[in-house]
Amino acid sequence: MGPHRKNGPPNPMSIKANDVDLFHSASNKALMQLLGQIDEMFDNYANEETNVIEAAGIEELCSDLKMRADDVRMLMLAWKMKGKRQGLITQDEWRRGMKALEVTSLEKLVKALPGLEREVRRPLIFKDFYAFAFQYNLTEELQKTLDIYSVCLLLKIVLRSQFRPQVDSFIHFLQIQKEYMVLTLDQWMEFYRFCNEISFPELDKYDEKLAWPLLIDSFVEWLRQNNN
Amino acid sequence: MTRKPHKTRDTKVTSEFEHGWNDMLKGIKKLKKILDGLPEPQFSPEDHINLYTTVYNLCTQKAPNDNSEQFYKKYKEEIETYVSRTLLPLIRGKYDEFMLIELVKRWKNHKVMVRWMSRFFQYLDRFYIARRALPPLYEVGMTCFREQLYQKLHNTVNDILVSLVAQDRDGEQIDRTLLKNVMDILVEIGMGITDYVNEFETYMLKDTATYYSRKASDWILKYSCPDYMLKAEECLKRERERVCHYLPGISEPKLVETVETELLVVHANQLLEKEQSGCLALLRDEKVDDLSRICSLYHKIPQGLELVSSIFKQHVTDEGLALVNQAVEIANNQVGKECGAHEQVLVRKIIELHDKHMVYLCNCFMNLSPFRKSFKEAFEIICNKNVADRSSAELLATFCDNILKKGGSEKLSDEAIEDTLEKVVKLLAYVDGKDLFAEFYRKKLAHRLLCDKSASDEHERSMLTKMKQLCGGQFTSKMEGMVTDLMLAREDSAQFKRYLSILPIGIDFTVNVLNTGYWPTYRTSDLNLPAEMVRCVEAFEEYYQDKSRKRRLNWIYSLGNCNIIGNFDPKPIELVMSTYQGAVLLLFNNSDKLSYSDIKSQSNLGDDDLVRVLFTLSCTKYQILIKEPSTKMIYPTDSFEFNPKFTDRMRRIVIRLPAHQERKRVVEDVDKDRRYIIDASIVRIMKSRKILSHQQLNAQIVEQLRQLFKPDFKLIKKRIEDLINREYLERDRENPNMFRYLA
Repeated sequence: MGPHRKNGPPNPMSIKANDVDLFHSASNKALMQLLGQIDEMFDNYANEETNVIEAAGIEELCSDLKMRADDVRMLMLAWKMKGKRQGLITQDEWRRGMKALEVTSLEKLVKALPGLEREVRRPLIFKDFYAFAFQYNLTEELQKTLDIYSVCLLLKIVLRSQFRPQVDSFIHFLQIQKEYMVLTLDQWMEFYRFCNEISFPELDKYDEKLAWPLLIDSFVEWLRQNNN
Repeated sequence: MTRKPHKTRDTKVTSEFEHGWNDMLKGIKKLKKILDGLPEPQFSPEDHINLYTTVYNLCTQKAPNDNSEQFYKKYKEEIETYVSRTLLPLIRGKYDEFMLIELVKRWKNHKVMVRWMSRFFQYLDRFYIARRALPPLYEVGMTCFREQLYQKLHNTVNDILVSLVAQDRDGEQIDRTLLKNVMDILVEIGMGITDYVNEFETYMLKDTATYYSRKASDWILKYSCPDYMLKAEECLKRERERVCHYLPGISEPKLVETVETELLVVHANQLLEKEQSGCLALLRDEKVDDLSRICSLYHKIPQGLELVSSIFKQHVTDEGLALVNQAVEIANNQVGKECGAHEQVLVRKIIELHDKHMVYLCNCFMNLSPFRKSFKEAFEIICNKNVADRSSAELLATFCDNILKKGGSEKLSDEAIEDTLEKVVKLLAYVDGKDLFAEFYRKKLAHRLLCDKSASDEHERSMLTKMKQLCGGQFTSKMEGMVTDLMLAREDSAQFKRYLSILPIGIDFTVNVLNTGYWPTYRTSDLNLPAEMVRCVEAFEEYYQDKSRKRRLNWIYSLGNCNIIGNFDPKPIELVMSTYQGAVLLLFNNSDKLSYSDIKSQSNLGDDDLVRVLFTLSCTKYQILIKEPSTKMIYPTDSFEFNPKFTDRMRRIVIRLPAHQERKRVVEDVDKDRRYIIDASIVRIMKSRKILSHQQLNAQIVEQLRQLFKPDFKLIKKRIEDLINREYLERDRENPNMFRYLA
């Protein structure tokens, strides 16, 4: 099912790497064509009735990209799209994402992924992405907290590659403690700060008299008790 | 013949000087003889004038024949020679005290010498020295003595002086006047204090330190703490006397400091912590004088009182905790019993402890700040200890209840009551959870008021005033409201009685109308009132509606009491019981025998209440109902029958319905309130300050809530997090340790 072209510009398969600033330098007409390609990509995966990429479409996209559904890059893609709800991709979001990545085809998308990852992993951006990950996974309108189970999954996806020992410990702690059923955004963000600021497993600069959330205080207390 | 006018003139001039100087020398020789005590007539005024004039004449000639410089030099030489050739050997020839005596004698001589010489050469003082900015004659004389004589002897002199002081210290007789005279010399020679300080004082202080260091090492082993302190006091007194007698006044502070350091500071720990006789022992044995002495001796030493005050704190805390532990042990051995007499005793004993050590604080320890702090900290520890599962707040509230209620365990005079209440409030100041105390107190106050158990209105109000002074008006506002409610109710009852008298109800009853806001919340139930009581209630409702249409009455039967005449076969007995019990009992007016479920449906009481009620009516010593089967517990399968044969010695018996175990609820309620209070405090603070660090916010909260309770650090954190989640606050982006208020 290839794109239907009127005045054949070059076959998309043969476009080289040096057309990266395609969107910026393109004329209006070319622009319209590129957008058309993006929309066609969208149509490949979207539900015809709702015009939204849903679970099945996402699964297909993942397999086309040769990624598992819980791959962190899917989440990064969602971030690039400024996705609102996990499990759904609207047409606006899709367009936004593909435009930002300057991608008009599946092959280009695959090629763009490493660049995307590098971008997201830059420290300042990663913090924003990390916050996004939490909020993206909230399911209800007014929900502000995420259940422990989801938190653990999300930490594995998002943070484990960077801070494996902390994340593993923290997940274990979250699972055995009984006080907290959910985490707030603040606690989520503070854990990230914890990983960045406090040496692990020494924990020497940690001071519970500072503004660390009680959750992290309890975590540290638990760590100290168990390490004796 | 060559003309040599110069030489002639020079020779003439020079020989004039020599001639003049010879005259001076004669005068000087004469002076020396006089000083040596040899027979020689005194200087006449004429002699004096002649000598003066000689100098004058030779110094007033025009340059280059002005002989001032020469005279100055000669003057100086003469004195130098006198000092080093005559005086020095004389003094050197002696030893020890005798050297000092000689020194003093020769110094006097020297001063006379210099005085007279200055007079002879006085003209120089008038003009020459000022012109050439040279030291005046007197000063030259002093400098000579210092440089030619004293500098050469000073070490020896210092040694002698110091050893004399040491002898004085050892109690041997020494010539104090001699010492004073030598000291005076030192000061005079120095022409000020600096020399004295540099030379002798340093030396002396060092020797003093060595002396006392030795003594201290010896005494610390030989003497008990109080005896050692006596000795130290004595030493300091003597040293001060020494200063009066012969040491210069400026040495006093340093001398005292040296002695204090060696005697009191170096061995402080060893001394004050002695097993048998140190501070702790003195406190235990109530040795007031010894403690006062310790306090006054250590007072002037910077940080000297730290050790003593911390021992004081240790002692008070230990005694207080011992009392608490005693009570805990008794409580643990009496499981299941309600607040016993031993807890009453505990509070009394803590009050006594407080009073006793307050006396120490004021008398021995002069109410000094380190001790006040120790005292406060000790009682903060003691007054926050729990006994079994009862918090100190509850213990205090119960104690007050016993004092304020009728037939309380203590029979006290009015004065004694006031005094005791005063003291309780003093202890309350140390309690962290004042709000918890307030809750318990309020509940007990309500009980006293509603059951008419309060012994005296005046005392109740007085106690509230005292609490208000400690914790502010908000603390006591509800309680005051309660007392007022009852007062109004009493006033109103007369009016209601009149209203009642025209109604054909036939039962005498009173109603207390309470303002919901002031009183604790009470459980109530939808009790099915007996018909007689229903009439009462309806009558009051009508009466009350007339008075105030807008208010709604909510009847709390669980708090009511009733008196019922039981017409038993042997004799009628008046039964005083709660409304619940009365309602159940009156059911037996209509049927002799009822099952548990009958009673339940007819009375509409819950199982909870019903079981308790039936227990008191059938399983205690007052068996008004006979239970079948006659086990000692109430089961839903039981049935009950009126016992017409019941009787008792008395004509009137009270059948109490024990109240629910409310302690947990009080604690829970207070905990819940604390959460809101902290939230409100955080919002208030952040709204006004806009941005604060975590530590600052904490400090502000603790300060604001000081009168109520000591907020738990973790609780504060939790509330902050909750407020972040509810978007009242956020963390600052740059510094996550700071919080911002979100409008």
